[in-house]
Amino acid sequence: MDLFEYQARDLFAKHGVPVLAGEVIDTPEAARAATERLGGKSVVKAQVKVGGRGKAGGVKLAANPDEAVARATDILGMDIKGHTVHKVMIAELSPEIEAEYYVSYLLDRTNRTFLAMASVQGGMDIEEVAEKTPEALAKVAVDSNEGVTIEKAREIVAQAKFPAEVAEGVAEAMVTLWETFVAEDALLVEVNPLVKTKDGRILALDGKVSLDENADFRQPEHEALEDKAAANPLEAAAKAKGLNYVKLDGQVGIIGNGAGLVMSTLDVVAYAGEKHDNVKPANFLDIGGGASAEVMANGLEIILGDPDVKSVFVNVFGGITACDEVANGIVQALELLKSKGEDVNKPLVVRLDGNNAELGRKILSDANHPLVQRVDTMDGAADKAAELAAAAK
Amino acid sequence: MAIFLTKDSKVIVQGMTGATGMKHTKLMLGDGTNVVGGVNPRKAGTEVDFDGTSVPVFGSVAEAMEKTGADVSVIFVPPKFAKAAVVEAIDAEIGLAVVITEGIAVHDSAAFWAYASSKGNKTRIIGPNCPGLITPGQSNAGIIPGDITKPGKIGLVSKSGTLTYQMMYELRDIGFTSAVGIGGDPVIGTTHIDALEAFEADPETELIVMIGEIGGDAEERAADFIKANVTKPVVGYVAGFTAPEGKTMGHAGAIVSGSSGTAQAKKEALEAAGVKVGKTPSETARLAREILVG
Repeated sequence: MDLFEYQARDLFAKHGVPVLAGEVIDTPEAARAATERLGGKSVVKAQVKVGGRGKAGGVKLAANPDEAVARATDILGMDIKGHTVHKVMIAELSPEIEAEYYVSYLLDRTNRTFLAMASVQGGMDIEEVAEKTPEALAKVAVDSNEGVTIEKAREIVAQAKFPAEVAEGVAEAMVTLWETFVAEDALLVEVNPLVKTKDGRILALDGKVSLDENADFRQPEHEALEDKAAANPLEAAAKAKGLNYVKLDGQVGIIGNGAGLVMSTLDVVAYAGEKHDNVKPANFLDIGGGASAEVMANGLEIILGDPDVKSVFVNVFGGITACDEVANGIVQALELLKSKGEDVNKPLVVRLDGNNAELGRKILSDANHPLVQRVDTMDGAADKAAELAAAAK
Repeated sequence: MAIFLTKDSKVIVQGMTGATGMKHTKLMLGDGTNVVGGVNPRKAGTEVDFDGTSVPVFGSVAEAMEKTGADVSVIFVPPKFAKAAVVEAIDAEIGLAVVITEGIAVHDSAAFWAYASSKGNKTRIIGPNCPGLITPGQSNAGIIPGDITKPGKIGLVSKSGTLTYQMMYELRDIGFTSAVGIGGDPVIGTTHIDALEAFEADPETELIVMIGEIGGDAEERAADFIKANVTKPVVGYVAGFTAPEGKTMGHAGAIVSGSSGTAQAKKEALEAAGVKVGKTPSETARLAREILVG
């Protein structure tokens, strides 16, 4: 889960990373009081989860509370690279800046460890720095069990060739940033820019944090950080039912068991769609290994509730769960939805393979549901589902 | 022959007395796995009956190893306690720890991986978030259905559970030496490369099927390894061509970030290493069949 800047700022503050004061608001008028609390001047910063907001006009100075209201009026509702601004942060004005740096911690999947990155070339896109002047970006592996002590932080700072007069201050900030990374179960904490001000302070002026949702069991406060307003309503409904669902922009609804098989199903449907008016998968939905009637009903309910969906492809490989159970699940799920008054009117193509496939197929044939068609290969079923979606488009 | 798991493997189950552990221990026993014990400190000294086979419960991995000579542990412990369970297995220096648990926090898996490395990697870790591994006809350590296929000459390594089953099913008449599900998390123990290396060295494996998916660069690195070290034919499949950028597709590690981790890049890297890559699972099976059967 990626956070907004103001949420990152709050987490930094909580763990002692030096930041400026700031508060988030969602109405222009609230900018007045917030700016007054900061002594009459402020920076109005659009809160969007995308880079380049400064260039897009999403960061403005306000010399007094009235100006803050005016700037907040301009920025709230603005579109920045497809993201609508619903919130702005009213932040304390930074003292004069002498230098901009970059520091971060992230997961290094390749080496199965954490990585500290630091550069004296901050303030710009770090991927650009990495590409154009890789020597200016220090990368230091961090052992998860040893962490970042002040000694380790000094090593990172030395490797990035920070000037002597800021080295200790940056190292101290890096220790607190590591504490944020660990305490919050983050996948990424990034400060860009980390600045040196004319009065000699080291400050985190902007930051990015991404949190590991697998750690939610020990991070009860993270739920409140979710941007529920921005979530796709179908994704939110699926999440509430404990389903692994991602909304896509096609017309063929997909239900399958196992993440890999579902990803593969999306691909196979997209290939089939090339022959059928370019229809595409409408979603990713993994109902897991069990594929019980109840879970199947929950999944079908979400997918049939998507107005973009014109046909549904149920692709199940029976592993531990046998196909006859899955077939019964599908039949019961359709009855369950009907009894709940749901309007089930989209064609379903079902492919069952694996454990007890013959039995499962027979159950579907015997049920003879008018909307259900059985196709016994994944490629054939994808083709049929794409054809039906194209016909209904 | 086989890799990592044979009929001689003595298997213990950490988390055996939980619902998932019970269900799969029973299935593993049914597949002929030599399950010699379970681990649960609160139930140490008791025995659990699985259709007439009595399996003792021990207080710790070390005790189970000492009393039974166990060399493989299958871990079904919930995410919250998984790190402690893996660390216990590493401390006991068991040869193989298969971590089935899904949903382990990355800071925990990074920590147990770093710990295993600091101890000299005496314990091979498979997973987490994986279906385990099977050597058909010999032993099954995890949740892969034991009745899909028979012993044969294909070696399989995969990030995905159900795609593993699908591929085993499509090639069930030819059979497999071993099939290893390495898991779809961002941090995993055994990699594609480790399995490729073992299959290359296994005299009975004649062809290797490698299944990857979006996220990270494991497939690209495997391609480099294949080019330099693998003489046996390798057939590949990569899932997730249509996955949008920035969205996690079911597996915690299955995410395209910016331009990195795409299925297209992985496919190209594998093809450049001489791997035949199928567009769909069935085409992949067909490519393997053509090589082995003609």
